[in-house]
Amino acid sequence: MGITTGLTPVLSAHWDEPDSYTLAGYRRHGGYSAVAKAFAAGPDAVISTVKDSGLRGRGGAGFPTGLKWSFVPQNDGKPHYLVINADESEPGACKDIPLMMANPHSLVEGVIITAFAIRAKHAFIYIRGEVPHVVRRVNAAVREAYAAGLLGKDVSGSGFDLDLVVHAGAGAYICGEETALLDSLEGRRGQPRLKPPFPAVAGLYASPTVVNNVETIANIPAIVNGGADWFRQFGTEKSPGFKLFAVSGHVNRPGIYEAPLGITMRELLEHAGGVRDGHRVKFWLPGGSSVPMLIEEHLDLPLTYEDIAGAGSMLGTGTPMVFDETTSVVRAVTGWLRFYKHESCGKCTPCREGTYWMTHMLGKFEAGRGTASDLETIGSVCSQIAGRSFCALGDAAATPFPAAVKYFREEFEQGMTTPANVAFAPAAATMLPVVTR
Amino acid sequence: MIEATTRAELEQIAGRYPVARSGLLPMLHLLQSVQGHVSTEGIEACADILGLSTAEVTAVATFYTMYHDEPQGEHHIGVCINPGCAILGGDDVYAAVCSRLGIGHDQVTADGKFSLERIECQAACTHAPVMTVNWEFMDRVSPEAAVEVIDRLAAGEQVESTRGPKIGTWRDAERVLAGFDDGKSGDGPAADELMLAGLKRAKELGMKAPAVGTQKAGE
Repeated sequence: MGITTGLTPVLSAHWDEPDSYTLAGYRRHGGYSAVAKAFAAGPDAVISTVKDSGLRGRGGAGFPTGLKWSFVPQNDGKPHYLVINADESEPGACKDIPLMMANPHSLVEGVIITAFAIRAKHAFIYIRGEVPHVVRRVNAAVREAYAAGLLGKDVSGSGFDLDLVVHAGAGAYICGEETALLDSLEGRRGQPRLKPPFPAVAGLYASPTVVNNVETIANIPAIVNGGADWFRQFGTEKSPGFKLFAVSGHVNRPGIYEAPLGITMRELLEHAGGVRDGHRVKFWLPGGSSVPMLIEEHLDLPLTYEDIAGAGSMLGTGTPMVFDETTSVVRAVTGWLRFYKHESCGKCTPCREGTYWMTHMLGKFEAGRGTASDLETIGSVCSQIAGRSFCALGDAAATPFPAAVKYFREEFEQGMTTPANVAFAPAAATMLPVVTR
Repeated sequence: MIEATTRAELEQIAGRYPVARSGLLPMLHLLQSVQGHVSTEGIEACADILGLSTAEVTAVATFYTMYHDEPQGEHHIGVCINPGCAILGGDDVYAAVCSRLGIGHDQVTADGKFSLERIECQAACTHAPVMTVNWEFMDRVSPEAAVEVIDRLAAGEQVESTRGPKIGTWRDAERVLAGFDDGKSGDGPAADELMLAGLKRAKELGMKAPAVGTQKAGE
């Protein structure tokens, strides 16, 4: 099989240089040149360029970035805020953490341009707490940017002031949800808010706020430098641009692969060395545990927002997890539901109670003690959670089971008599490194 | 009791934000770095500085899994048991670590050396199975390698993260999360082999992104 879609490292182009995370390393390849261009063009022109580029949010929802920015009311006399969602915690998602480790300055430059465009004088990078080394790298980048006059009063002599605070979370997946993140950043329990009002109108401190994902904002310098037409050379009409695909699971060469949107999963898998030798794809998740699983017959789908949605799933974070035939679907789905149960913030009854019951009932199938009526009940609980909670965590919790039972109903039927670890010996699925340190 | 230097640092954190209360999460991280847990006096100090009730501060401290009201170990061990890691061997790593330490989730060894947490996705699925020591990555561990890391820490040997610095203590890491520099941002690689898998492949095949200024053919 041939590969027609190549890899296109843009964000990751210089990660192999030993000082890629420093200001000197970033500047060696034109880093911070987009700031001057943006200042010369003016805020509205920057918003137009980003709108024209068609950039869609890389955090999972795929909302058009320029459109989101344009929702911020102008001349309203209120302070505006930019908040970067660096709370990467979605099972399967592991592309923002590498980006911030290897090139935090691309994010900082994107923050400067974005804050300028939406007229914000304060920006925050909310990083999940469990990654101190990433907090170190981003803090060091921010310190370097201040020292170089790229942050603080009168950025690069432009008259634009910007303060950027790096903020560490404290262990709560829910804070990846934008309104929960804002509550958390205000020093509260991270629980979602009812929308509307949306953050663009009433976000941080009830002021207009843009919340964007790390990778989204790291795209901004490249878009400002290259222009919308250049950016649209990558990807499709509805999904323009390039993407940091993090490929994990039963593949020979897991890792980060930057390619245009629209690359097929089969092509991406080939770049990643294919499914591990002697095995075949059983199921795969295009972007995190919160998107419905797909199977081998979907490998030729282009990885775009529209094509993956057309197949009944979602591109999500664009971080495919691949599992081969040694994997118990029941075990995987039960594990993901335990995760949602653990992470449900408890605010909404359907999510709080529903994740509890689903975990309990799925656990019966995992133990080989499920019943036919349990199977129906789980499906019914899913439909009672989906759309009935404040935020997408509830919807996400209702996602793994329906797709799993659609493609692998027989495994749940097997779970009425046979434990998952008997039906699928866990040892066959492990991929432990051969080298010990 | 809260020392004056700590009190001053707590106030300094609150001062980073347009609204002081936003500093509460890093303030609680700082308390853990100083005291090894979130104590009653610590909660009172935060409440006093931020003009909140102790109930309001406690409500926040109990919401997030990284805060502990009991003293934690010198080294905080995490093993990811989310399916992406568990299936690839994370469950075996967790079992081996439990057995080596003689404790389970959210427990501390009797000598106070180690605490253990079953963690839910560390955003390193490409590096599965993942273990953490004081939240520093110990990527792609086998059960044997995980036990060896713990043996070495127990013997007081220096252990290095696979994508990070030489391992300090859990309290040291909490201070970093409170926003204080420890001078280690340059430690560890810029990127490791797995983060560079795509870039390496692109270079091998001579693939690169179209340069700025180029247009799609026919446009």
